[in-house]
Amino acid sequence: MTVILGQTFTGISIGAVLLLIALGLSLTFGQMNVINMAHGEFIMAGAYTTYVLQKSISSAGISLLVALPVAFLVSGALGALLEWLLIRRLYLRPLDTLLVTWGVSLMLQQLARDVFGAPNVQTRAPDALTGNVTVIGGADPLTFATSRLFILGLAVAAVVALSLTLRLTPLGRRIRAVVQNRDLAEVSGISTARVDRTAFFLGSGLAGVAGVALTLVGPIGPTMGTNVIIDAFLVIVVGGIGQLKGTVIVAFVLGVLQSVLEYSTTVSVAKVLVLVGIVAFLQWRPQGLYTLRTRSLV
Amino acid sequence: MSSGSRFPRRRFLAGGAALAAVVALSACGAKTDASGSSSDKAAKIDVSGDKVRVGLLNSLSGTMAISEVTVRNSLLLAVDEINASGGVLGKKIEPVSEDGASDWPTFAEKAAKLIKEDQVAATFGCWTSASRKAVKPVFEKNRSLLFYPVQYEGLEESPYIFYTGATTNQQIIPALDYLKGQGLKKIYLVGSDYVFPRTANKEIKAYAKANGMTVLGEDYAPLGSTEFSTIANKVKASKADAVFNTLNGDSNVAFFKEYKSAGLTAKSMPVVSVSIAEEEVKSIGPQYLAGQLTAWNYYQTTPGAANEKFVKAYKAKYGADKPTSDPMEAAYTSVYLWKAMVEKAKSFDPEKVKAASDGITFEAPEGKVTVDGASQHIHKTARIGKIGTDGLITEVWNSGEPVKPDPFLKGYPWAAGLS
Repeated sequence: MTVILGQTFTGISIGAVLLLIALGLSLTFGQMNVINMAHGEFIMAGAYTTYVLQKSISSAGISLLVALPVAFLVSGALGALLEWLLIRRLYLRPLDTLLVTWGVSLMLQQLARDVFGAPNVQTRAPDALTGNVTVIGGADPLTFATSRLFILGLAVAAVVALSLTLRLTPLGRRIRAVVQNRDLAEVSGISTARVDRTAFFLGSGLAGVAGVALTLVGPIGPTMGTNVIIDAFLVIVVGGIGQLKGTVIVAFVLGVLQSVLEYSTTVSVAKVLVLVGIVAFLQWRPQGLYTLRTRSLV
Repeated sequence: MSSGSRFPRRRFLAGGAALAAVVALSACGAKTDASGSSSDKAAKIDVSGDKVRVGLLNSLSGTMAISEVTVRNSLLLAVDEINASGGVLGKKIEPVSEDGASDWPTFAEKAAKLIKEDQVAATFGCWTSASRKAVKPVFEKNRSLLFYPVQYEGLEESPYIFYTGATTNQQIIPALDYLKGQGLKKIYLVGSDYVFPRTANKEIKAYAKANGMTVLGEDYAPLGSTEFSTIANKVKASKADAVFNTLNGDSNVAFFKEYKSAGLTAKSMPVVSVSIAEEEVKSIGPQYLAGQLTAWNYYQTTPGAANEKFVKAYKAKYGADKPTSDPMEAAYTSVYLWKAMVEKAKSFDPEKVKAASDGITFEAPEGKVTVDGASQHIHKTARIGKIGTDGLITEVWNSGEPVKPDPFLKGYPWAAGLS
């Protein structure tokens, strides 16, 4: 019993990591329709930001808390800069954005290698996040890792914040208007260029937050972005492009599926089975779990 | 540790392209050879001046650089020391350094360059099993010598390679003997998904079957994988006595973080690792590793005058915060062993050097080592160490005397079907 509960929690925590790395992408790819291959490198930028801050702030707990907003700003600024320099010229040519941002991603990786060195680096996690909490005691206790609980909380907070922004703020209404009908939004007096850039800032900023979370799980390196970007695209495509709801549901479903299969088989077999499942699902529903046709954006 | 810690798709593609190029080039080479050039003739060694060149072949860039740069550092230290004391056969050693770039086709190319253009007397280096397997035919075809300094999975011999790191019966089997001696009989195997862990675990399972130990589970994660929560859960649920860890590189960071988060400790379920040395401990973080076990032949803390001298000289040359480790020690030792062989043979000719190799000894930092001429491996003392909170590893057990190398495990009946 504890094994099932523990494994379900593991699945949810894998889902939370997936959700965090896919969340920003659901804004830039899902809503803006830009295939940004450099999204993974914005995640990397967030992780390196944590690393740099930890060098100047000795308390691991404080540096982690400071890193969250700073990484959001650093990665967000990088995203906005990329949008202003390159992507805004290519909104009507999605395949070109793919190539251009892929080039940018390679450049950012090399930059990281030059600045921080080729070997991966690590951060210290605060003591509170290296242990676990006992949920059910006894001879066969059920424990949850505190770092995973923190990441779960972070993912939930990020989803709520993004969802509220899109639903309730004037900026959110403008983003939704531009997504639904760019031309009509423009003639209604919305500066689409500004909306685009702000949306990119938000999406890339969320990648930075994901990068902070990933420092709690594993090492920080120049290629860490490429390792997670495929999973992020999978989550968005299966969830339904432009659908925050789909992204959230699919992230957790894939997380639980992965952990259950991993437990009963091996890591590699589980990965294959999940991919086969995704291919089968997309045969059945090529548009993903949810579609834009429902007109409910959030 | 026998392959890179990361293997991204792009590098794979680039490697594939380079491989295709190498295959194409070697096909051209074969043609010239057939028309009567230098194939299967001993390589020429340039001994004309007052210097003799040796090749240093290590990854100075790419994913393996973190480990291999330290090996080159200690090779250079040995060369400096030997030159300061008069050189070899009256000649100063001139090191020629090449970058294998963590990419095995590059290793093969650079090996050929060192032998043919630089006409080196011997080459020192390689780390991953993949790079060693790539250069093996190059050294054999040109009849030139390679000194390989890293522990590996065994089951290999080459007439032109001297193996100065541990083979299976000098590292993995002593580690298993130690666990058994401690009464830790139910073990769980965790490794990276490639040749070294898979081969090593095959050997471990055969050992377990013959020695009344139980292997409760076996899990492999892709190289560079950082998602270990499920594996940690499986290990925890298995209620094993100990974990045998053949994970490579950075995956260890994620694994040990998850291990601690799952509430597993060195007390409740010790992990014995065979590819974490002082340098890796430093980067993973001693707080995650304190109390865990490692199996090697050398630690920075190994007692003895030879080691004190080695550690002192290394820190003086490269910095007080730089630790020394087993592969570095084996590399340092390999240069001195080559020197002794050359002096006994009174020649740099690889065939004469090989013939003189049997019984050569050296007071190495790890203790006395002796070359076994038949297998071209060396007798080494096996050591189990415990990782301390300061990042250094302290010995908790050793084999007492150097262990005779047995790369094909001929001395172990249970290993009959393995090679």
